[in-house]
Amino acid sequence: MNAPDESTRRLALLERMIAIREFEDGVRFLFLEGSMPGTIHQCQGQEATAVGVCAALRADDFITSTFRGHGHALAKGLTEQQLLDELFGASTGCCKGKGGSMHVGDMSKGMVPGIAIVGGGIPLAAGMALAFKMQRADRVVACFFGDGAVAEGAFHEGVNIAAIWRLPAIFVCENNLYGASTRIDLVMNNPRISDRAAAYGFFGETVDGNDVEAVYAAAARAAARCRAGDGPVLLELLTYRRTGHSRRDPCAYQPAMERKEWTARDPIDAFAARLQAEGVVDAESVERMRAQSAQRFAEAVERARAAPQPSVDELTTDVFAAEAQP
Amino acid sequence: MKRQGIAEALRDAIAEEMERDPRVFCIGEDIGVPGGWGGAFTVTLNLEKRFPDRILNTPIAELGFFGVATGAAMMGMRPIVDVQYSDFLFLASDQIINNAAKLRYMSGGQIRVPMVMRAPVGATGRGAQHAQNMERHFIGVPGLKVVAPSNAYDAKGLLKAAVRDDNPVMIFEHKLLYGSKGARAESGAVDATSDIPDDDYSVPLGEAAVLRPGRDVTIFGWLLMAHFAQQAATKLTAEGIEAEVVDVRSLSPLDWPTLVTSARKSGRALIVEEGPKTGGVGAEIAAGLAERAPKVRIARLASANIPVPFSPALENLYRPNAERIASGARRLIADGRET
Repeated sequence: MNAPDESTRRLALLERMIAIREFEDGVRFLFLEGSMPGTIHQCQGQEATAVGVCAALRADDFITSTFRGHGHALAKGLTEQQLLDELFGASTGCCKGKGGSMHVGDMSKGMVPGIAIVGGGIPLAAGMALAFKMQRADRVVACFFGDGAVAEGAFHEGVNIAAIWRLPAIFVCENNLYGASTRIDLVMNNPRISDRAAAYGFFGETVDGNDVEAVYAAAARAAARCRAGDGPVLLELLTYRRTGHSRRDPCAYQPAMERKEWTARDPIDAFAARLQAEGVVDAESVERMRAQSAQRFAEAVERARAAPQPSVDELTTDVFAAEAQP
Repeated sequence: MKRQGIAEALRDAIAEEMERDPRVFCIGEDIGVPGGWGGAFTVTLNLEKRFPDRILNTPIAELGFFGVATGAAMMGMRPIVDVQYSDFLFLASDQIINNAAKLRYMSGGQIRVPMVMRAPVGATGRGAQHAQNMERHFIGVPGLKVVAPSNAYDAKGLLKAAVRDDNPVMIFEHKLLYGSKGARAESGAVDATSDIPDDDYSVPLGEAAVLRPGRDVTIFGWLLMAHFAQQAATKLTAEGIEAEVVDVRSLSPLDWPTLVTSARKSGRALIVEEGPKTGGVGAEIAAGLAERAPKVRIARLASANIPVPFSPALENLYRPNAERIASGARRLIADGRET
């Protein structure tokens, strides 16, 4: 049996995952119908990594993200409206329409706008953690990146510096088996990504990234380790990219059996089933969560379509911070 | 008032800013190893004794520590990043260009990156990979400011202005101008010492300096070329030619009012650059002058379009010198008379 606050916490995990799924499915539809500009990189099937990690963080902790950041944003507290306005290029978006899908973020909610260069967020996150350490702030940063990023020099340089200076950074590798169209076994001899932490003398572990509670528990352990001054953690979360790399990618390179197996391990279905089996929630409540998310999304889309587009006055603002320090 | 070289003046500037503001720290390779060098050119020598927690020695990982500095700056620190040779900026350029310079814009103004980067340039007997002039690669990066001091007064004042600015600022320094001493002294060094005031001062970013007035031609240069331009002007005086010398000093943004006013005065502009002619800073200055002052005759004097050669004989041919600058000025004046 769950204590009431424990049930509330678990239901919140489920609700966030459902909200992300509804958002991503809705955005996919908007792209296919041609009403949304730009490109998208989606995360259906990977909701547990974003939600599990962010739930283990505090409001004033930070995350860095990637080009595939919608789920991270919704998990860290950004609203559907902020994101949709940004995706429609409106000046009311979280980055005033200057970032777009690949760069969503809100510093007031602890999310750096997505760093869309693979691995580019890793040294950056180490630096944020350095600031927290120098400021003696009790804060951590969780840095999301994919399996593809561990082949980048930025990964090696960033985690090494975090390790030698024992910085409070959780390096969260969402291992979804594919970097664009290339499967990981073609680009690494040791597919156990968490092993790389040992090479730099810090702690790493691999967790089922489709089990939101396993992710939450591991992220909570990692955050505690960081706050205790025991340095960074490399958290490898095993999941699967069931969407294309970006829009209109039919994933013809993914074996049908593999797709089928991972689709059967849907993180939302699995967690909802567990909570139902434990009597924490019933099917009707789950359906209500879904309907509420869908409703919120639909309303946000209508507002985003009508949101103001940036004017010429905004073209050249925000390049430099205007005021020099006294 | 005291007489100092650039390395000493920068060291004092850094120490004074660190004293003034606890958010300021230094990060880079070999910058504070006891018994070490104080960076490649002694600028941070012994600062680790005064600021043991704020002189951070990094692994040899330029991409890594420029990214670390950017992240720390985003979170309210004010890093001064030291790269041993500016050539290594190519390794760090993803973090500098894609992150440090762009994060403010792509976040819609949410982020400030108050970061100073110090990078030594210049042909100095080191061949192709430790002696490039990297200015050209960074002047066209939106969100980045670029300065290049030619003397100790400017070096100290510009560094202070850069530390106090809320944006990423790249400072290019010239190896022959540091006045580094002891084991890190450079052969062929040029005197760039200045009288340094005792009181705090800064030199605003974005301003060029007229080093000497003249009515016949303006010679534009920066770093070492500002010195060679002055030497050329002295030679020309003996021939009755009065050359104005402008130290461009701020490479991004360029100080168009000063540059254009000076060019219009004589109607002749000779832009001198250490580094290949094609795609250089001089090309940007020439194009900008042509747009703003179409009647000014413009010529460029720069290095050949080659990597920096090693042999001193070749290096001397590669780098413009006072004699070639004087010849360029004479030619520009003669051409002007012909038309």
